[in-house]
Amino acid sequence: MNSFDVMFYLIAALTLLAAAVMVFSKNIIYNAMGLLVAFFGVAGIYVMLGADFLAATQLLIYVGGILVLLLFGVMLSQRFTGAEMRTGTLQVLPATLVCAGIAAILLRMIWQTPWPKAEIAAPKPTTHEIGMQFMTTYLIPFEIVSVLLLAALVGAAFLGRRDAR
Amino acid sequence: MQVGLTHFLVLGAILFCLGLLAVITKRNAVTVLMGVELIINAANINFIAFTRYMDNDLDGQMFGVFVIVIAAAGAAVALAIVLNIYQRMRSVNLDEADSLLG
Repeated sequence: MNSFDVMFYLIAALTLLAAAVMVFSKNIIYNAMGLLVAFFGVAGIYVMLGADFLAATQLLIYVGGILVLLLFGVMLSQRFTGAEMRTGTLQVLPATLVCAGIAAILLRMIWQTPWPKAEIAAPKPTTHEIGMQFMTTYLIPFEIVSVLLLAALVGAAFLGRRDAR
Repeated sequence: MQVGLTHFLVLGAILFCLGLLAVITKRNAVTVLMGVELIINAANINFIAFTRYMDNDLDGQMFGVFVIVIAAAGAAVALAIVLNIYQRMRSVNLDEADSLLG
């Protein structure tokens, strides 16, 4: 068991614990904080997989953007008096059974599949290469996703107006 | 046992199931969105693990970047919709948003 393995188990345990807090806590602020730690853990997993650019992107966009957006959603849609901060749950038992079943199927599939083994090279910096790919192989998806982001921005601004009809 | 592809896949699968559980059981629309983000992260872990352990090129990481962008766009629009629902119904509980139920 080398240091890579130890790091993986630590980060994976942190991520799963935070995700469990996010799922099972009744307080919506605890949900958001659990999600924050889970995002940090996923960024650590990206680092362990040699994806340095994606780890930075994860921190910038998920932790800095999406989570703040979700917290805004919490603040704007909750009444802070009384027990309104608590979020209810529905159909916990059947949902847990279904999710456990799906997890069992997925884990069984993962363990039984003979994944091909590739030669693992030492991780290299990826930012330069990702930039090159954006401007060559992935130019069309890059442009499409830019237009999609613009459309989503305009749509969110329109829907978020107070008198949207 | 040496940490390899299966470990990352198992982590992704468990994260996916936790996110799915949140999406199914939570009443609050914002919490359901949090579950969706967890599912997207699980899928991204799979993309990057596969590209690291099977091809060793950057295709999976490119997919990961696009996934993050689309998740951001989706979260922005979904939250705008949730805020609209709140303004109309004074509640973000999904089981109360049943005006279309006839």
